[in-house]
Amino acid sequence: MIGTKPQGERVRVTLWGSLRSAAEGRDTVEVEAATIRELFSRLGKSYPGLKPFIDRGIAVSINGQIFRDSWSQSIPKGAEVYLLPRIAGG
Amino acid sequence: MPLDVKPDLKREFDVVGTRPLRPDGIDKVTGRARFGADATAPGMLVGRILRSPHAHARIRGIDTSKAEQLAGVKAIITRDDLPDHSNGDRATYDILYNCMAREKALYEGHAVAAVAAVSAAVARQALKLIEVDYEVLPHVTDVDAAMKPDAPVIHDDIFTEGVEPKPDKPSNVARRSEFGHGDVEAGFREADVVISRSYKTEATHQGYIEPHACLASVSPDGSGELWVCTQGHFMIRNVSSQVLGMEISRLRVTASEIGGGFGGKTHVWMEPIALALSRKANRPVKVVMSRDEVFKATGPTSSTSIDVKIGAKKDGTIVAAEAILRYQGGAFIGSWADLGAMTAFACYDLRNVRTVGYDVIVNRPKTAAYRAPSAPMAAFAVESTVDELAHKLGLEPIDFRIRNAAREGTRSSYGPTYGPIGIGATLSAAKNHPHMSAPLGNNQGRGMACGFWFNFGGQTCTSLNINLDGTIALSVGTPDIGGSRASMCLMAAEELGIPYEKVRCVVADTSSLGYNDVTDGSRVTFSSGMATILAARDAIKKLCGRAAQMWGISEEAVIWEKGYAKPAGPNAGEFPPLSLKEIAAAAATTGGPIAGHHEFNADGAGVSFATHIVDVEVDRETGATRILRYTVLQDAGKAVHPAYVEGQFQGGAAQGIGWALNEEYVYGEDGRLQNAGFLDYRIPVCSDLPMIDTVILEIPNPKHPYGVRGVGETSIVPPLAAIANAVSNAVGVRMTHIPMSPPRILKALEGRS
Amino acid sequence: MPAVHVTTTVNGDRLDYVCESDETLLDCLRDRLGLTGAKEGCGTGDCGACSIILDGRLVCSCLVLGVEAENREIETVEGLAEGDNLHPLQRKFLEHAALQCGICTPGILMAAKALLDRNPSPTEEEIRFGLAGNLCRCTGYDKIVRAVQDAAKELQGA
Repeated sequence: MIGTKPQGERVRVTLWGSLRSAAEGRDTVEVEAATIRELFSRLGKSYPGLKPFIDRGIAVSINGQIFRDSWSQSIPKGAEVYLLPRIAGG
Repeated sequence: MPLDVKPDLKREFDVVGTRPLRPDGIDKVTGRARFGADATAPGMLVGRILRSPHAHARIRGIDTSKAEQLAGVKAIITRDDLPDHSNGDRATYDILYNCMAREKALYEGHAVAAVAAVSAAVARQALKLIEVDYEVLPHVTDVDAAMKPDAPVIHDDIFTEGVEPKPDKPSNVARRSEFGHGDVEAGFREADVVISRSYKTEATHQGYIEPHACLASVSPDGSGELWVCTQGHFMIRNVSSQVLGMEISRLRVTASEIGGGFGGKTHVWMEPIALALSRKANRPVKVVMSRDEVFKATGPTSSTSIDVKIGAKKDGTIVAAEAILRYQGGAFIGSWADLGAMTAFACYDLRNVRTVGYDVIVNRPKTAAYRAPSAPMAAFAVESTVDELAHKLGLEPIDFRIRNAAREGTRSSYGPTYGPIGIGATLSAAKNHPHMSAPLGNNQGRGMACGFWFNFGGQTCTSLNINLDGTIALSVGTPDIGGSRASMCLMAAEELGIPYEKVRCVVADTSSLGYNDVTDGSRVTFSSGMATILAARDAIKKLCGRAAQMWGISEEAVIWEKGYAKPAGPNAGEFPPLSLKEIAAAAATTGGPIAGHHEFNADGAGVSFATHIVDVEVDRETGATRILRYTVLQDAGKAVHPAYVEGQFQGGAAQGIGWALNEEYVYGEDGRLQNAGFLDYRIPVCSDLPMIDTVILEIPNPKHPYGVRGVGETSIVPPLAAIANAVSNAVGVRMTHIPMSPPRILKALEGRS
Repeated sequence: MPAVHVTTTVNGDRLDYVCESDETLLDCLRDRLGLTGAKEGCGTGDCGACSIILDGRLVCSCLVLGVEAENREIETVEGLAEGDNLHPLQRKFLEHAALQCGICTPGILMAAKALLDRNPSPTEEEIRFGLAGNLCRCTGYDKIVRAVQDAAKELQGA
């Protein structure tokens, strides 16, 4: 259909240890998301405990590549997705 | 829009990979280059800062009346002049609080007030006249002591994050983080040998030779200019504006040449204070930190306390690895332990791994990044244990590492799966390196270690303008801390097909270019380089368009080859090639100035691995350690300017050597820093070091057009452990406390005999 | 205390300045004469970034008072080149990439010049000890030593 975004795939997201208590103790969660933006939005709605972390800044690893601010980055089907602390260098 | 950045791995480069002179070099060898403290302005005032002599104290009141009456004093700033504009954002509030103390002074050296006066002498005198009423409070400076239940709690509104159930009492433990996979308990049960050890590392400073300096000039209409030595002038603009409640666009920041940063200049320090003084005095104000202030009131590293436990089978396979890492971040919340916990076991392919990090608050200055922040300490603990385990199993340390090294497809200890990585290559290159067979004498020993660090991308923007005479003006927004302007010129020249000398690169100010993230994370050659390449390709499209116009053919019929526009084929027409110079000369008649630019958020920087080998000699009488031989092996993807890649390897190694052997923050019982100067904070000098050999491996990064990987940081990660392992092999003592200064080595030797 | 009028020779030029009696020569060079080549890295004579040559002797200008420069001869990095001819040390530093951030470079060049003035064919060890008073945090000194070795060769006419 013209004008609508493609339907997001169900994405399996692994959380780093400290996030697990904010996600009801789970170390992996599943949401429907085609991009990082959608991922954050849906995660924040499904697990409100994660929202403060997302607002503060989280990095996302997609198939081993780390993204810090690229929220329009698409998530390929079956990709390995990790949430990581938003790290910086020196 | 996907970028066409896939590297052509068979590409033969014309200028990339050569070693031309850097464009900013002449100014630096003649004294013409202008650093942070080298600027002046008419009517300029001298700014000085009054700092707390106490490690922890409530500030009951500040009386500036006597100072205000001193002739020549034009403005005085205290916390009352700095309203809170943070809107509940803790990170911004903490920056404000660190710039100038509010209710409490949280470390010795914490800024309490500031003065702008007509001369340094008057400013110094004015500071002496400011009366501060302190209520001294109990302090704590040690990371382990700060975690004890009876430790003085520094912030009463910090409750440990990351623990269940949520605590109801405030604590100095700001957060707990955890990483890993598998079942370490099961793994340890399977192991034939388990080594458990605890380590401590003391705080260090980046030790840049140039103290922080800036010149601020704010007008009555609220607009301001700032000249500052920094790794990120856009960051300075944004953060200073936020802290002071200024509009970002009203502040124009120019990055001076920078005399070293290494991460310590990726934050604001006294810049908002300089701006506030200038705003109040309505005159330019120059603030230059003394060396004493740099040590006491900028951003040293964490000091740490780390427990490591690794178990392996007789055949040398590691079956379980665990680390508990306690890092102090100074007096404010940091996430330094996170980084330690993520990087500790990153070099290895592990079925069962667990790391737990504790970020702790103490009465020390706010920790800042230092070249691969948090990784050297974790690597020291892990790589020392790995060596001990190898010896216990009767295996060569290098073979033990090769057996267990991470590879493509390994699930990293911090989570994601690795793509193609270079650790295997650095290890086999190390194993076959002549250094490994150099002869060793009495009290001499060889050690090796591996290191890991992330590389970053980040927001980046470059602009490439073509001058009338066909030369190129390239503007980037990432301050040059290691010679990056030379690499940018090489990449632009390579794409355009013109000589390197025809490209000049400047670091533009914040009004001249879009936002650029700070120079950090080994990101500049990767990100600004990629932006430069893409800006050049953008310009090439336009050059072809102009040539098409000049020939009266369609744009699609024009190609670019080694500096010339050419017809794409015989059907396009018989036209002699047009040089960039010729097209530039005709620009006015074909549509005006010709430029290319690129702005994006760079990603795909990948990760970086290194292996170091070091030979040492230990003097049993004095405990002094001499470095005999040092070799750095690291993957650079593609070395754009090999001399500057070597420079990064050597510089990081030298810093690691200082950190391993001598550098530490020494605190007294009173919580005051005892060695705030270069005499007693001893960094390596020329006579301490040998030549440092470097091996640049080139395993291309698939995410960069030339295959570039970041190189700046990783080389500081292996030295601590490599040297500890060498000392152990030299004189048979296992050092678990960094730095391994002569007194500590003597004590260990005595303990052994 | 009245300010003092100082007359001195810097890089061959006779110059004057007025300074307080407790100002360092470093501050006078930078703030009174506008010669900002010499840098303050520590202010206590530990880093060498302020190194200059005073009457033929390498000194930390932060440890010399401005008033002590009266009637003496000072050489700074700004006087190393002759017109647009760089001194061999300057050229070799560029060729060998012996600088990264460049803040220590003026001081190290003066220290290297002072070394080669008194010892034209130094060994590697002599170079390392000759430069031990100048801190560099970026390079690890490797390329600096090679640059000085190469400059020494050229100055010897090799």
